Amino acid sequence: MAARPVPLSLRPVTHWTGWVAAGLVASLVLLPLLAVFWRAGGGSLPGASDWAALRFTVLQALLSALFSVVLAVPVARALARRRFLGRGLLVTLMGAPFILPVIVAILGLLAVFGRSGIVNQALGWAGLPPVQIYGLHGVVLAHVFFNLPLATRFLLQGWQGIPSERFRLAASLGLGPADVFRQLELPMLRAILPGAAVVIFAICLSSFAVALTLGGGPRATTVELAIYQAFRFDFDLGRAAVLAVIQMTLVTLAAVMALKLSRLDGFGRGMDRPPRRWEAELWRLRVWDAAVLFCAALFLIVPLGAVVWRGLPGLMDLPVQVWRAAAVSVVMALSSSFVAIILALSLAHLALVRHRIEVLGLMGIAVSPLVIGTGLFLLINPFSDPARLAFGLTALVNALAALPFALRVLVPALRDISRDFGPLADSLGMSGLSRLRWLVLPRMRRPIGFAAGLAAALSMGDLGVIALFADPERATLPLEILRLMGAYRMDSAAGAGLLLLMLSLLLFWIFDRGGHRDVDA
Amino acid sequence: MKPHLIIAALFAANPALAQTPELTVYTYDSFISEWGPGPAIKQAFEAECGCMLNLVGAGDGAALLGRLKLEGARTNADIVLGLDTGLIAAARETGLFMAHTIEADLDLPLEWNDPLFLPYDWGYFAFVGNRDEAHPTSFRELADSNLKIVIQDPRSSTPGLGLLMWVRSVYGDEAEGLWEALADNIVTVTPGWSEAYGLFLEGEADLVLSYTTSPAYHLIAEEDDSKVALPFSEGHYMQIEVAGKLAATDQPELADQFLRFMLADAFQSVIPTTNWMYPVIMPEAGLPDGFSTLIQPETAILAPIDQADALRDLALAEWLRALSR
Repeated sequence: MAARPVPLSLRPVTHWTGWVAAGLVASLVLLPLLAVFWRAGGGSLPGASDWAALRFTVLQALLSALFSVVLAVPVARALARRRFLGRGLLVTLMGAPFILPVIVAILGLLAVFGRSGIVNQALGWAGLPPVQIYGLHGVVLAHVFFNLPLATRFLLQGWQGIPSERFRLAASLGLGPADVFRQLELPMLRAILPGAAVVIFAICLSSFAVALTLGGGPRATTVELAIYQAFRFDFDLGRAAVLAVIQMTLVTLAAVMALKLSRLDGFGRGMDRPPRRWEAELWRLRVWDAAVLFCAALFLIVPLGAVVWRGLPGLMDLPVQVWRAAAVSVVMALSSSFVAIILALSLAHLALVRHRIEVLGLMGIAVSPLVIGTGLFLLINPFSDPARLAFGLTALVNALAALPFALRVLVPALRDISRDFGPLADSLGMSGLSRLRWLVLPRMRRPIGFAAGLAAALSMGDLGVIALFADPERATLPLEILRLMGAYRMDSAAGAGLLLLMLSLLLFWIFDRGGHRDVDA
Repeated sequence: MKPHLIIAALFAANPALAQTPELTVYTYDSFISEWGPGPAIKQAFEAECGCMLNLVGAGDGAALLGRLKLEGARTNADIVLGLDTGLIAAARETGLFMAHTIEADLDLPLEWNDPLFLPYDWGYFAFVGNRDEAHPTSFRELADSNLKIVIQDPRSSTPGLGLLMWVRSVYGDEAEGLWEALADNIVTVTPGWSEAYGLFLEGEADLVLSYTTSPAYHLIAEEDDSKVALPFSEGHYMQIEVAGKLAATDQPELADQFLRFMLADAFQSVIPTTNWMYPVIMPEAGLPDGFSTLIQPETAILAPIDQADALRDLALAEWLRALSR
């Protein structure tokens, strides 16, 4: 790989905050892992069924990542070049699927694709045989439901990073849609797609409940379930730790590969004018974009609608504990988001000169939560009651899990800024805080808002390690939903699921809009 | 008042506070949840013991045992409550438990004389379906039917493991064949009971593996009599939930007092409508009304505790082979 030119502006900047953040992230992942190894007295080799689980896990994660990013291309392009009523709402709703607790989302999907779901009822009406959702295709379908919106948002950000002057120039040169795609959009995609795919691959690699529930049986055993089995069934901590290391290695390999594939050319700076897409003003492209958006919206909104519909009756009289849990979750989401943004900004800054550091950011989702939780337990237990620290630990681990998403958003944005404006800022002698205040923050507001919203919403919906330490006084909303379901209270659980969806979306929207304020485009 | 007197008063007050004895009970999460037995039991026991009852939740029964193994003899727990019959052998092997001294005449369908572990509730596994549908009366009939069932994964769920042991106990070496015959009936396998039951209620399956007591919840809490448990002619596998006293406890008398309280009316009468299981001592007021409508299996099945571990590994291997084909 050819050495990339290091922007002049970066040389004088010290990166100690980045290294501190990197050290923190590494120790939060590695120390618990080492603690599990230490307690087990070494690793033990996975068995034949574990390798089968590994094969299935990699296959479904690859397919899920591939379908998510490929399908996201037309959707993000349509969103980038069209303005229509409800566009903002659609973009916000894109945040909804991957913040839902898994079981709530699965029930929403089943209301559409399940045995007595909408699709099969329609097929029955038309006299056609029913379709089965359970199997590898069901797993991939659910993962695409979760991650297509995420991929779309990543790509949309890429499109927004192309200065409108480029499209103006293309139009004045008389370039058609195919030329614009080749000259402007393809280079952007080459820079963004591999990274987005790796994040989705990593998150699907530790899939557990989705894969098992929709996979239809033990053929759909994932590594995470194998880790579960090692813990619960055989109490073989060594095997669990080795499996966690395999998970981590796979994600690292994929991430390094993606970094090599990514080409970071950049488009140069623009005047921040709202883009106009002359070449796309053909009627057949309009129809195509409308059809793409309609299908994507349908795919996302109908299952979400089912979650809303199912939750409404229960929402009216939720037990008081659910509201308390909701308050705990909101505080947790805000703390996690804050920590995640600080970590991500520090790491993103460092990643400008040390590209590989981005791989480290992925570790938070690459290692099994069960292994991290157990390791943290082993580390803390000799000194203190882990339940007492459950809130802080969960917030921290959730922040770690949000880190790869925040980095995906912040790194490209920061890279563009320092390439496009770094030399100018240098020549003006802007550095340190004034540079942050006048150059970086104003231009980063949109990505920071998006990343903070993502982190908050993710933390809100994540069960996290709190389930392992279970502090009865400070249950989070996802834990409370599990408890309601475990106590047969499915209607209340659905209501609480809807409350969670609304709160997460609200947090996401506030942050995301905060980033957009008066930067309208 | 002089400052040093205030300080003295503060210190004088402290030992009295510190002397309130504290009993720590590890249990599964749904026991301590607001809808479980925990809150009522904590209140009742604290009223009689002059102590503080500290209920600590940790996942489910298997996670509970895992946590205990991680902590070893250094554990803070005085009592572990919530292991079931499938976990007793492994719990005994840890050597962390000591014999209890309670003698009681328990209302169990079979004899109980384990020196370490004392039952506090029990139930039967059963398939639950909707009333007014054609229902199979045995595993064979179920396998031959077109009915769709949803079950739990034995590797991550207690009922899932119960079903495995049920089939193995009834069919012995033919269990694998039965699982192969059942394969086309299984819609899917979920990580836990909640997901399976939720899927069933949403109409994804005709039947779900649960307990004979499940219809009582719908009847009592929702006044809905549409759910029924299916009696199987081969008999029903039992789940007996037990508690044990840790050898390293620093509150041995209080621990014994708790185990006695566990069999008293204040504890046992809470069980039916919070844990939705049968109490091991009939409450003075009898069982709640809805329980009289439940099916009463004629044959209770339970694998011998000493063989449970070996049987479990064998049964899991068969299950994986049969359903991975």
